[in-house]
Amino acid sequence: MSEPLFSKKNLKLLSDPINNSNPITVQVLGICSALAVTAQLKPAIVMALSVMAVLALANVIISLLRNTIPNRIRIIVQLVVIAALVILVDQILRAYVYDVSKQLSVFVGLIITNCILMGRLEAFALGNRPWQSFLDGIGNAAGYGVILIIVGFFRELFGSGSVLGFQIIPDSWYISNGGFYENNGMMILPPMALITVGIIIWVQRSRNRKLIED
Amino acid sequence: MDRNSNTYTFIYAAVMVVLVAAVLASAATVLRPKQNKNVEIEKKQNILASVNIESTFDTAEKIYAEQIKKQYVVNSKGEVIDGEDAFTVDLKKEKAKPVEERMLPVFECQTESGLKYVFPMRGTGLWGPIWGFVSLNDDMSTIFGANFDHEGETPGLGAEIATTWFQEEFKGKKILDESGKLVSITVKKAGQDAPAEHSVDGISGGTITSKGLEQMLLDDFNSYQEFLMKKKS
Repeated sequence: MSEPLFSKKNLKLLSDPINNSNPITVQVLGICSALAVTAQLKPAIVMALSVMAVLALANVIISLLRNTIPNRIRIIVQLVVIAALVILVDQILRAYVYDVSKQLSVFVGLIITNCILMGRLEAFALGNRPWQSFLDGIGNAAGYGVILIIVGFFRELFGSGSVLGFQIIPDSWYISNGGFYENNGMMILPPMALITVGIIIWVQRSRNRKLIED
Repeated sequence: MDRNSNTYTFIYAAVMVVLVAAVLASAATVLRPKQNKNVEIEKKQNILASVNIESTFDTAEKIYAEQIKKQYVVNSKGEVIDGEDAFTVDLKKEKAKPVEERMLPVFECQTESGLKYVFPMRGTGLWGPIWGFVSLNDDMSTIFGANFDHEGETPGLGAEIATTWFQEEFKGKKILDESGKLVSITVKKAGQDAPAEHSVDGISGGTITSKGLEQMLLDDFNSYQEFLMKKKS
C-alpha cells in the first residue's frame, strides 16, 4: 500500500468514466433508467445519488469478498449484494423522501437490473482492491449521474418551464396569458430523453475525436 | 478450503443469504413506523384534495386537523357504528366482506360553501387496485370534488385517473337522478350516450381503468345508499 490514496492512477478511475468512458454516452449502458426518470430534475438527482450509493458500496463489498467468492456462483453473489443494497435504499427513500420515492416507484427496484452495476462488479471489483473499487464506483455513478442531471435539467426546463420545481419561464410569456410561449409537451415523454441523450453524445464526440469509431 | 468445492459453495451461499436476510429484516423493522406515517399523511392529503383543499406534505396534518371536523363509520343501513376509527378502516378488507357487514367510513368537512361528506372508494383497474375519495354536497347528490389514485396503471393511459383534468370533470356532476334514485356516474367511451349531469368523459386508451372506476363508484355509492337517503331527507 505504498501508493498514495489519490495518486494519478486512482484519480483517473474517478474522472475517466465521467468523460472518456462514460457509461451512458460511450458504453451506452443504463439507458432505460436515463429515459424513465429524467422528466424532472429532482428524481434525476435522487436516482443518480441512489445509484452512486449502491454502486460504490457494492463495489467495495464485492472487492472485499473477491478472494472468498466461489467462482461458480459469483454472478449470484453480485446480484444478492446489489439487490440487498437496492432494497435498503428503497426503504430509506420511502421513510425519508416519500414523494420522491413515489415518483421513482419501480425504477429504484430496477437499479438491480442496471447493467452499469453488474458490469462494474464483474469487470472491476472482482479484480481490484476496495479503495480503487470504491473510486471506480463513485466515478461510474457520477458519469451516469451527470448525464441524468443534464437531461433532467433540459427536459424540465423546456417541458414544464421550471427547474427543480421553481418556475423559470415567466408566467407572462405563456400564450394562455397573452404571451408567445408554450411548454413543449414532447419533452416530458421518453422519446425526447433519447434525443437529448443523442445530442449530448453528438456534442461529446465532436469535442473529443478519440471517441469516434471508424 | 478449496474454493471450487461443492461444500464451500453451499456454505458460502447459505451464510450469505442468512446475513442479507437479517440486515434487510432489521432495516425494514426500524423504518416501518416512519413509512407508515408517510402513507397516513398521503391519505390525509388525498382526503383534503377531494374537498378541493390544497396541502403540502408538511402542512397536511395541520390542515386536516382543522378542516375534517368529524369522521365516523356507518353500516350499510346508514347507522353510525360507535367506537370505530374511520381513518384506520382498511377498505381492502372491508370490500372482501358482504355489504351488510362492511364498515363504511365517512368524513365530514365544513367548507365555505357548506358541509361536505367525503366517501372513500376502492376498486380494480387494469393492473391493480385503484382507489380514491369523492366528496358530496349536503344534497347528497352533487359531487363537490374527487381524488383518485392507483397502484400501477399505465402512465399516459389508465394512470390519467390521477390527473387534475380527469378529476375536475367530476365537479358538479350528480349521482342521484331527479326521482332521487342512485345512478352514480358513467365514465363515457367516445360516442357513448349518457346524460351529461351523470357522466364524465373517459380516457382514450384507458378503457378498462375507466370502466373499473365507473364500477368502483357504483359499488361504493351503492353501499352508502341508505346513508345518503337518510342524510338527504
